[in-house]
Amino acid sequence: MFGIYLKRELGRRKKAALVIALGLALGIALVITVNSVSAGMTQAQDKVLQSLYGLGTDMTVTKARTAPSANSSGGPRFEFDAKGEDDDDSEQSSDRVSTQGGQVLKAALVTQVADQKGVSAAVGALTLNVTKVDGSFTQGKAQSSTGGSGGNGGQGGPGGGSTAAPQVQGGGASFDVNSYSVAGVDVTDQDLGPLATSKISSGVTFTSAQGNAKVAVVSKSYAKENSYKVGSTLTISSTKYKVIGIATPDSSDSTTDVYLPLKQAQTLADAADQVTTIYVKATDSQQIDTVKATIQKNISGTTVTTSADLAETVSGSLSTASNLATSVGKWLSIAVLVAAFLVAALLTSSAVSRRVREFGTLKALGWPSRRVTRQVVGESMVNGLLGGALGIGLGLAAAYTVTAISPKLTAELGSTGGGGGGGMGGGPGGGGPGQQSAANTMEIALSAPVSVTTIALAVGLAVAGGLIAGAMGGWRASRMRPADALRSVS
Amino acid sequence: MYNLTGVTKRYTRGKETVEALRGIDLTIADGDQLVIQGPTGGGKSTLLQMIGGLDRPSEGSVELDGVDLARISEAKLTRLRAEKIGIIFQSFNLIPTLTAQENVETALVPLGVKPAERRERAAEALRSVGLGERLTHAPAELSGGQQQRVAIARALVKKPKVLLADEPTGNLDEGMRDEIMEVLEGLWHEYGLTFIMVTHDSSIARRAPRLATIKAGRLTLTEQATARSW
Repeated sequence: MFGIYLKRELGRRKKAALVIALGLALGIALVITVNSVSAGMTQAQDKVLQSLYGLGTDMTVTKARTAPSANSSGGPRFEFDAKGEDDDDSEQSSDRVSTQGGQVLKAALVTQVADQKGVSAAVGALTLNVTKVDGSFTQGKAQSSTGGSGGNGGQGGPGGGSTAAPQVQGGGASFDVNSYSVAGVDVTDQDLGPLATSKISSGVTFTSAQGNAKVAVVSKSYAKENSYKVGSTLTISSTKYKVIGIATPDSSDSTTDVYLPLKQAQTLADAADQVTTIYVKATDSQQIDTVKATIQKNISGTTVTTSADLAETVSGSLSTASNLATSVGKWLSIAVLVAAFLVAALLTSSAVSRRVREFGTLKALGWPSRRVTRQVVGESMVNGLLGGALGIGLGLAAAYTVTAISPKLTAELGSTGGGGGGGMGGGPGGGGPGQQSAANTMEIALSAPVSVTTIALAVGLAVAGGLIAGAMGGWRASRMRPADALRSVS
Repeated sequence: MYNLTGVTKRYTRGKETVEALRGIDLTIADGDQLVIQGPTGGGKSTLLQMIGGLDRPSEGSVELDGVDLARISEAKLTRLRAEKIGIIFQSFNLIPTLTAQENVETALVPLGVKPAERRERAAEALRSVGLGERLTHAPAELSGGQQQRVAIARALVKKPKVLLADEPTGNLDEGMRDEIMEVLEGLWHEYGLTFIMVTHDSSIARRAPRLATIKAGRLTLTEQATARSW
C-alpha cells in the first residue's frame, strides 16, 4: 500500500514534485560544479607547485634574505676584449653566470637539514641564471669634408689634402641577449629536486657516476628552441657539455632549461660547495609545519617555504578563480541549497495542508501517526532522490563542459625581491641581488574532475533535502488530530 | 456496550469558550441502532466524534466495553479505532488517487493484514455493497451513491463492532438516500453491529428505534415505537 499510495500521489502532484525536484537539482548541481571546479583549481595549483618543487617535495630551505649592501654591484656586467685596429666587425660573445637570487647556502647544510627530526630526505640544488650576450662592434669611418682622401683610421687623425678636420661616420654595436636557467642536480638522488618534476622523454638521465661529468639534460622546450638533440654539444661559458637527455616537464610549463650535475653548476658559478635550495621531504605529510619550525629553529639564517606558503604567493587568474570558487562559489551553492531545502519543505508542508481531509480520514481509520508520517517522508524522499539524480546529471554535464572547454588560467608566483625579506628563494624567477625580479607566470588548463566523494555528497544532500522537507511535512501530519482534520473540512 | 457519563466538550475560539456538549449521559447496548438529530451547531457531530474516539471530552467518560476512551493513550485509541470502529463520512472521504478496492484496503492496513488477503477482503466487501464490477475505478469515476458504497465497504471490511455514520446521505439525492439506507440497514442486521448515525433528515430519524435529539449541547432520548425498516 505504501508504494502504491506514494506512486499515485506523486503522479497526481507532478508539477509540485517537479518544482521540488528541480529546486534541489539546481542546488546539488551547483555543489557538484563548485566542488569539481575547486578540485580542478587545487589540481592546477598543485601542478604549479609541483613544477617548482617536484613531486614529493614538502618544503624548500633557502638562505634568508638580506638587504643588499651599499657597495654591492648593480646589474650584470659584461666585458669584451678590445681588439686591434684592424678587427673591424669582430664577433664578441660572453656568458654571465649568476646564482638565482644571489643567495647561497653552504652545501654542508644539506646534511644538517637531513638530520633534523621529521626529515625523510634532503637534496641540494644550485639554480643559476645564464645571460648570454653575443654580437659584434662596427667601427666608424672617417671622411674628409672636401672629398680628399682622408685617413681611413677610425681614430680620425689629421689627414692630408684638406684643411677641414675629417668626420667619423657609421659604426656601432649589434648584440643579442638571451637568458636561460640552469639547475645543478644532485645526481645521487634525483627523486627529489629540480629534475623530479620532469620525465626523460629522449636519451637518459644522469647516473650517480656522473657527479662531475660534462653532460647535460635539456628541457624539451629549450631543446626545440635551440635545436638540441641527444648527442648535441651545449656550451656555457666556454665549457662544452654533451646533451644526454631531453626532459619533458610534468606540468605544462618548465622553469628550468638546462640540468647539469651539481658540481659542474658550482664550477660554472664559481660557487664551490654551495647550493641555492635544499629540497626536503618530510617523513609525515601531516607534520610539515612541525618540521618547518624545527629547521627554522635549529638552522639559523634560512627560510623554509612549504607548499602552503608557496600557494599563498600564487596570484593571477588561477588565484582569482580559486578564490571565487572557494568563497563566492561555496556561499552561492550553500545559499541555493538552503533556498532549495526551504522551498521543498514549504511545498511539502503546503501539500500536507491541502491533504488534511485525507490524512484525517486515514487517522480516523486507525492509521498511526508514524505511518502517516512515513508516507509523507517517503513521498518527499522520492522527490529528493529525483532532484539528486537530476542534480548529479546537471552537475556532471557542467563539470564535463568545463573540462571540455579547459579555460586557460595563469598563475603568477610571487616575485622574489632581492631587497625584501622572506619570499621563496628556491623558486625560479628570482632576481639578482638588489633587483626586483619579474613574477614567474605559468599557464594552466582548468579541468573539473568529479570525485566519488562529490557524488556521495550530492546523494547525501538529496537525501537530506528529502528528509528535511519530509520531516517538516510529516511533523505537521503527525500533529493532526483526526477530529480536527475532519472538522476543518466541514 | 457504550456508557457515556457526564460528557462535556469545550472549545476555545479566540477568547471565547464554546460548550458543544454539556454533561451528556447515554448508554448504547451492543447491536442497538441510535439516530442522533438536532439543529446545526447543536453538538451532533461532536458527540459522534467522542463516541468514535476521534476526540476526547473535556470532562466525563466515554466507555466502550469498559475501556474509557477519554483516558487511554493515543496509540491505544488509534488501535481501538482500527479494530472496532467503522466510520462513514458525509463527504465520503475517499482517497482520490486510489481505486475503490485500494480505498477499502486502507482500513485493513493498520491491522497488518497481508496484501493478498487485503485485496481479497476488499473485493468481497465491495461485492457485498453491489460494486463488484467497480473494483479498479477511481472515486472520480463513480457516482455519489457509489462513492458512499465504497465508504461503507471500507467501514465494514474490518468487521467492526461499531458503525458510525455522520450524515451518510447528506450529499445524496432522495433515490440514492433510500438506496444507501437500505444497504446500511441490511448490513446492520447482517453483522449485528452497534449502529450510530447522525442525520438532519427527519424521514430517516422517524424510522429509528431510538432517537437522540441534541440541542445546545444537551441530549434528549426518545424510544420510538413506530420504527420500521427501509
